[in-house]
Amino acid sequence: MGMTMTEKILARGAGRDSVRPGDLVLAKVDFAMGHDLTIPPAGKIMREQMGAEKIWDPDRVAVTQDHFQPAKDAASATLGRLTREFSHDMGIKWYFEVGQGGICHTVLPENGLVLPGELIVGADSHSCTYGALNNFATGIGSTDLACVLALGELWFRVPETLKFVYRNRLKEWVEAKDLILYVIGQIGVDGARSKAMEHTGEALRHIDMEARLTMTNMAIEAGAKNGIMEFDGVTKEYLDVRAKREYTSVTSDPDAEYEKVFEFDAEKVELGVAKPMSPDNYAPLSEVAGTKLDQVFIGSCTNSRITDLRRAAAVLENHKVAPGVRLIITPSSHQVAIQAEKEGLIGTFLAAGAAWTTATCGACLGGHMGVLGEGEVCLSTTNRNFPGRMGHPKAQVYLSNPAVAAASAVTGVISHPSEVLKKMPAAIR
Amino acid sequence: MTLPKVIRGKAWKFGDNIDTDQIIPAKYAIYSLDEKELGKHAMEGVPGHETWAPGVAQGDILVGGSNFGCGSSREIAPVAIRGVGISLVIADSFARIFFRNAINMGYPILQSPQAAEAVEEGDELEVDLEEGIIRNFTKGDEYRAEPFPKFMSDLLRMGGLVPWVRKRLEERRRMSPTRG
Repeated sequence: MGMTMTEKILARGAGRDSVRPGDLVLAKVDFAMGHDLTIPPAGKIMREQMGAEKIWDPDRVAVTQDHFQPAKDAASATLGRLTREFSHDMGIKWYFEVGQGGICHTVLPENGLVLPGELIVGADSHSCTYGALNNFATGIGSTDLACVLALGELWFRVPETLKFVYRNRLKEWVEAKDLILYVIGQIGVDGARSKAMEHTGEALRHIDMEARLTMTNMAIEAGAKNGIMEFDGVTKEYLDVRAKREYTSVTSDPDAEYEKVFEFDAEKVELGVAKPMSPDNYAPLSEVAGTKLDQVFIGSCTNSRITDLRRAAAVLENHKVAPGVRLIITPSSHQVAIQAEKEGLIGTFLAAGAAWTTATCGACLGGHMGVLGEGEVCLSTTNRNFPGRMGHPKAQVYLSNPAVAAASAVTGVISHPSEVLKKMPAAIR
Repeated sequence: MTLPKVIRGKAWKFGDNIDTDQIIPAKYAIYSLDEKELGKHAMEGVPGHETWAPGVAQGDILVGGSNFGCGSSREIAPVAIRGVGISLVIADSFARIFFRNAINMGYPILQSPQAAEAVEEGDELEVDLEEGIIRNFTKGDEYRAEPFPKFMSDLLRMGGLVPWVRKRLEERRRMSPTRG
């Protein structure tokens, strides 16, 4: 019996010829990540409770200062300091200081640190993002991370795999975000609970790596353990200029076993949103068009890479943010910010009347720089809109793609981008 | 820390898809290293439960619906629930990272769709952790929990991942005494 990509990677990590769903394995980890909210507890557990003095491989760990950094208050500054000191004490090679990194899930792919065929863990639920690069990547807690840092290995339950096949191509205006919101709307926030989501099909061959990362990023919003995609020319091209290590790509066997196969016609997927207060509360854009907004947020590990900002800038060019609305744009990494500056995107944002911030998770998790108050309505390019996620539990958050967010900032109500921009230039679609 | 064989307490009932930002709103992540402080704000993000934590008695039992603990990977979610004094979480089903975190902490959780459906707020429960049996004294009912795979129940019994890693490090040191 053949194996899926996910099974092959876990089998290799466990030093076994094969694994089946449900097997519990102890597997070697190829790369691990933690940040300013998860490194302090992990470091404390590892040193004080587990009694480990050093980490298994300082070259295979990345640490970012992203969640509450630049420090939003004195307590966050302490977490930042503990993160910095631990990284220094352990000699962690891939430490990203404030102003030099950004959001972990953008920083690791753009620096070529998460590669095909690898087994990757991150102490953050959106670590599943990396799977677009043909690897097994999953989110873990701080005790898990302490174990990995001490030993370089961790226990896993081999997940059942759900296969998602996307036929045909996405229509004009429709983005990877619309597709994944639609899928989560179909299967629910626990539709893939503890399972692998393997995405495949023609539609994916026509979208770039950043769009793919948007899709795997949201695997956790369906409850999945990981999201994974095939290796192709797009993957290779992305990694040729970035990969920091040798890698071996992985494919699912033709006779691999799937728990279930879902087929979608990508051409039929419309622009859509997740309505308050759950990522699976999908609605076509037309159903919520006209909803009045207090804030628009373009940011996060889901939708604030350079291609996202290009589309937002194309919409905002020669327009102003509507009175009564505030638009906050947070690039997902420092490299993204540098590129946005080179391309003149920042000037477009500032001229439109947007607040442009440094790279941080910031408003996405109700941390800082855009926290919502009671009763406020926000359209956000982020990943999660459970009650209280971005601030007050009675704030209302809609999730959308960046072009919809930008257009809605201009009109002040949830809007189709074609109301503001006649056509999205083909080069940045 | 080893697990008690039997846990008794009053039930607090919650619905489906209670996510980690409701269990402990992210703004309290600044207290990541302070379990008692986290406990003071446990479940505060669940609408209607803004002042829930002070009413919890030591040993009470939390009963959730499906996909309990979905969302973030932050371990402060089970830590906050333990911090407020809850002795055990029973749910119809758990989101995977919450599930892992609890087991890794050596914190008892039980998956029991039967109990999640039948138990009402305030019911007096007695739980036999080893047998996986939940007795409801208020209703005179009894429910079964789904058994965990052996590795997970062994981890729980030994107190979580910390003692497991200590043992593993010991073995490695014995095999190569020159390494730290």
